[in-house]
Amino acid sequence: MTSAPVLALRGISKRFGAVQALTDVDLEVHAGEVVALVGDNGAGKSTLVKTIAGVHPIDEGHIEWEGNEVRINRPQDAQHLGVATVYQDLALCDNLDVVGNLYLGRELRRWGALDEVAMEKRTRELLDTLSIRIPSVRIPIAGLSGGQRQVVAIARAMIGEPKVVLLDEPTAALGVEQTAQVLDLVERLRERGLGVILISHNMADVKAVADTVAVLRLGRNNGSFPAKDTTHEQIIAAITGATDNAVTRRQSRTAEASK
Amino acid sequence: MSNNTTTDSGAQVPQTAPAAIDPRLLVREEGLLGLWNDFRRKVSGGELGSLPVVVGLAIIWIVFGILAPNFATASTFTSIFYELAATGMAALGLVFVLILGEIDLSVLSVSGLAAAIYAVLTVGEHMNAWLALLVTIIAGAAIGMLQGAIFAKLGVPAFVVTLAGNLGWFGVMLYMLNTDKTTGGGTITLLPGGLNSALQETSYFLGSDIAGAYILAALGVGFFLLSSMLEQGRRRKAGIPFRPTLEIALRSGGLAVLAFGTAFMLNQYYGVPNALLIFVIAVMACDLVLRRTSFGRKVFAVGGNIEAARRAGISVPKIRIAVFTISSTFGALSGLFFAAQTNSATLDAGQGAWLMLAIASAVVGGTSLFGGRGKAWSALLGALLIQSIAVGLDLLNMQAWDQYMVTAVVVLAAVIVDSLSRRTQKSSGRG
Repeated sequence: MTSAPVLALRGISKRFGAVQALTDVDLEVHAGEVVALVGDNGAGKSTLVKTIAGVHPIDEGHIEWEGNEVRINRPQDAQHLGVATVYQDLALCDNLDVVGNLYLGRELRRWGALDEVAMEKRTRELLDTLSIRIPSVRIPIAGLSGGQRQVVAIARAMIGEPKVVLLDEPTAALGVEQTAQVLDLVERLRERGLGVILISHNMADVKAVADTVAVLRLGRNNGSFPAKDTTHEQIIAAITGATDNAVTRRQSRTAEASK
Repeated sequence: MSNNTTTDSGAQVPQTAPAAIDPRLLVREEGLLGLWNDFRRKVSGGELGSLPVVVGLAIIWIVFGILAPNFATASTFTSIFYELAATGMAALGLVFVLILGEIDLSVLSVSGLAAAIYAVLTVGEHMNAWLALLVTIIAGAAIGMLQGAIFAKLGVPAFVVTLAGNLGWFGVMLYMLNTDKTTGGGTITLLPGGLNSALQETSYFLGSDIAGAYILAALGVGFFLLSSMLEQGRRRKAGIPFRPTLEIALRSGGLAVLAFGTAFMLNQYYGVPNALLIFVIAVMACDLVLRRTSFGRKVFAVGGNIEAARRAGISVPKIRIAVFTISSTFGALSGLFFAAQTNSATLDAGQGAWLMLAIASAVVGGTSLFGGRGKAWSALLGALLIQSIAVGLDLLNMQAWDQYMVTAVVVLAAVIVDSLSRRTQKSSGRG
């Protein structure tokens, strides 16, 4: 990854009243890179994603987009830049079909009326390029399985031709086969040259698709590892802070004392 | 025909599956058998569509046909079709509200108030009839906008807002009718001309010319056939699945039988009542709005999942206000239709079971009370069924109490069918 990052966060801090949710956090995503954002509950993963998505404006720090400093204060700002977010609760309309959901809020029109033909055609093309298989693009979302809904939700994020996709726990509550589908899709996003930020609790998923693993602990960076050369244990140690236990503390104290 | 189908369905093999075709994919089989299996799958999955109302209509017509000797006559059918327009107008507005997953209990009073406004303006104030019509419709829209704004912006539950509206607008109507100086208070009889002459029972399309009904039927069928074929052509060109020619032919044939059958029957009497024609045009317009515009899509989205709609950038309050405005506007229109029917604005307009009938019409026709699901056509079908019952009971000289009880059973049956089909849809993954 020699090129400049698409999205770079530098020294981000965010407070909610008395709670310091994020302190001086850095994060970089390059085009065609999958960054897994891991951390224990309350580590600040979701908050960090929401600052990028524009849900929570940052208090301190800079956000750089393709090398230029930008401000993201509203969800629309993020969308305009080319950041698409897929939230944990999928935000699809059960009663609308796949085409209707994909184009909800940005319907294609022809002579003032909906252009169903063009929308259906483009939906099929998009699903094809992502190798997504669903029973029919004209079936209501209610008729799809959890995994199929998740891939539809991700495909929905792709309609606006984003450069960075944020996935908030896309494989939570999915079965084995469905998780595999979603992970395949994440790899395909990378092949298309998108930057992907993937929040996950599942180390196997992270190891499977991520290029870089960024660990958050208590709202701070706690290491960034290349996924290939790092073991599960090292990542988990960074997440839980296992390196920082009674024995290591005692050692550091005795080391200080002996100075 | 069979040659056509084979080639059509051949192009329908899903192109999304490059290597292996997932055995669970829905692939429609060819020809009539495929259509029949598709239909069966939908019904067993709880997507009943218009099936309950069609079955209900058949049963009701047979029962009344046997019990009431006058029921199966052209004049009875004409009066059913004439009178359904007023209830149907209110039901049409309610379809929008029901798709949103809300309810508007004020249509009844808005309808009565609209008749009063029109009567006072034309009879009391001697305003031009068409101007008065316009003012009345605008007043109806304003009422809906007010109620919608209270619901959408202040977050008061819709049924409370519109229940208050139901009382309040009824009061306004009583005040207007009772204090009008020219007429001395009470029921106002409309002047001849204007609305009455256009919508009253003796006004028919093309002055009852026998060609009128057939022209309308031909126009309707032709429009359907043409738009279906154009759609098929565009889809074929774009390389996406399209309706087989056989299915289009069957659907057009069915529609032609219905349209020309109705036209023939109405022609046995005096032809197509103007009120019916205007109502059917309104239904078609609403159908287009709901299915083919982004506004309609947004209404369905808000009715399906408010949060998803909001995240998709849809302004939920705007949609809600617009829908309640539509509902009240159609409420006002239905009041005008009633006024033309009875040739007066009466003090007891907005009384009785009529509100339930309007809601029932929409639900009977297949629009769900639970939101997110419905069709404009359900207002026509439902109103036809409800009006058939009302006219049938009248012909049997049923007492008011019997009529109330029968109506209650029908309303309840419609809602039960709606709830059960929703449950089946959920269990078969289509809710």
